[in-house]
Amino acid sequence: MDALILTIIATSIPLLLAATGELITEKSGVLNLGVEGMMLSGAVGALGAVLWLGNPYFGIIAGALSGIFMASIFSIFTINFMTNQVATGLGLTIFATGLTGLAGAPLVGKTVPSLPKIEIFLLSDIPFVGEILFKQDFIAYLSIAIIIFITYFLKYSKSGIVLRAVGDDHQSAHSVGYPVKKIRWYATCFGGMCAGIGGAYIPLVLTPHWSEGMTAGRGWIALALVVFASWIPWRIIVGALIFGGITIAQLVGQARGWPIPSQILSMMPYLATIVALTMISGRISKNNSVVPASLGKPFFDTQ
Amino acid sequence: MITFIPRDKVSKNWTIIGPILSIFLTVFFGLLIFTFLGYNPLETLYQIFLSPFSRIDRISDIFVKACPLIIVGIGLMLCFRANVWNIGAEGQFIIGTLLAGSFALLFPSIETKFFIFIMIVIGFIGGALWAFIPAILKTKLNVNEILVSLMLVYVAMLFIDFIVRGPLRDPMSFGFPLSKPYPEGAIINKIPFPGIGYLGQLHYGILFIILLIPISWLFVNKTLSGFKINVLGAAPKAAKFAGFKQNTITITVLLISGGLAGVAGVIEVSANIGQLQPEVSFGYGFTAIIVAFLGRLNPVGILFAGIIIATVKLGADNAQMSMGIPKVVTGLFEGILLFFLLTGETLQKYKIKWSKVT
Repeated sequence: MDALILTIIATSIPLLLAATGELITEKSGVLNLGVEGMMLSGAVGALGAVLWLGNPYFGIIAGALSGIFMASIFSIFTINFMTNQVATGLGLTIFATGLTGLAGAPLVGKTVPSLPKIEIFLLSDIPFVGEILFKQDFIAYLSIAIIIFITYFLKYSKSGIVLRAVGDDHQSAHSVGYPVKKIRWYATCFGGMCAGIGGAYIPLVLTPHWSEGMTAGRGWIALALVVFASWIPWRIIVGALIFGGITIAQLVGQARGWPIPSQILSMMPYLATIVALTMISGRISKNNSVVPASLGKPFFDTQ
Repeated sequence: MITFIPRDKVSKNWTIIGPILSIFLTVFFGLLIFTFLGYNPLETLYQIFLSPFSRIDRISDIFVKACPLIIVGIGLMLCFRANVWNIGAEGQFIIGTLLAGSFALLFPSIETKFFIFIMIVIGFIGGALWAFIPAILKTKLNVNEILVSLMLVYVAMLFIDFIVRGPLRDPMSFGFPLSKPYPEGAIINKIPFPGIGYLGQLHYGILFIILLIPISWLFVNKTLSGFKINVLGAAPKAAKFAGFKQNTITITVLLISGGLAGVAGVIEVSANIGQLQPEVSFGYGFTAIIVAFLGRLNPVGILFAGIIIATVKLGADNAQMSMGIPKVVTGLFEGILLFFLLTGETLQKYKIKWSKVT
């Protein structure tokens, strides 16, 4: 049972991180559909760094930097050159698929050591709970810290309120004197960093070697999670665990030989995403205030 | 510092210069990345962009490769014009192919000259059905069509895999996940040229494009429905004010684009593969997004864009064989190209002003 819950948690962490980053990006009014691409870059960056430098912790840093790099490309085009965010985000994912395929080619067939578990003194000795919550790896703790931080940040900090203002009404925020473009750059790069670390988690913990397109749609599911969570940070934890659970359930089903074809079982996470989006979207369209009002709209800087 | 100043009207020059300049910049930056990763830039340049033109049969293969891209691209053009983001054409392609292919395999004894035309109709219906899911969810429940259509790509890939390994697997395939070969009537033949024979894989499916381009041009430029689609995309408020039924337009463009993706699949498989297998598409549905944009959402533009992108795809195949570069690198060029094309769109609407940083 412990082992099952631990795998569910491990499966949900990349989703959790990527969705949390995207939430901040979207709160600033930027819709970055390149999450899948940023995660792939994080994965390949992490693998490369670990193979080169040997220590899995460098993989986390490299993953974060790769994600930020991709997010910067997105920012230059959408924020500075005012290109269509949907199309640019798609372009970013297509670009990253190509770039990581090329950069990952020499890494094929090589395995990396996985991220060590960190036991928290005394707490990890608590039966059951200790095993699950306090014997995790660094990224798992980090992702919870990030959720707590952004919950506080969005609700209580001045910068968080400015960020939301920029996302809700960029013209007014601009007229009051806030640097809309700069804030969006930061928010997008934060999203890239989280997606990059989320992507890094896949080779560092889940499957320790490179394969083309190894994120397998997790970036898109993360985008759906932001909608599912109605842009409220803690709900992402719930959503990510549900998706982690579904993914593991279908794997368990395949292993135990349930009388359902494996392909049909493998569809479950994707079908569940559609069902979840459908359930939430109806409610959101009745209460539009949860969606950042300037989401996806380019900002033209009148000077 | 660069600042943008709005133009009084959309620049005609940039409409032409934009795509051409984008292509050159893409080649430049693409090769820069290859050099950085330790490949010989000149050899890459030759393999990816020039080798497809090196022989006459290779040139005709460009058209073969461009065929599905153009058909899917024309459908996506309608969606993108209406600001409907169907990015699941890959899934619609697969389901259209699967439905038409199942028909051909289950009823091979229907003796008719029009067998392939029935398949094309069934393929259209299959693709349209798959696109109907995001269409109905979008219009009834306001569910984001981008995510739904994309999730359905994964579902479609798994579904065809299940069908080909399960119910429709050929018992004589020695364990390979392949269906039986299509019956005679379901095959699209290669075009024989008197005195020369066949030109590469050039097949009769090309005729569909020759029909599709003028029809779609007339549709978007000369009909009221085409006009409504344009208005909905360019000025949604005006469309609402004019009383256009937004939901009807959204559903229509999704059904047509899904249907065309399905047709593209039928033609591609009937001409080049001749049976069902787990992978029928090779990313045509995604690449067509780039084709639609490179063609400036315009049928004639899409024709040329399809040819250009097909060239790069074939070039990447050659580069894989001769240089060991993975095939997915085409994505690298496609992504950069899309970035520059979109920047070109900004430059149509805004002038650049350079000023010193103060």
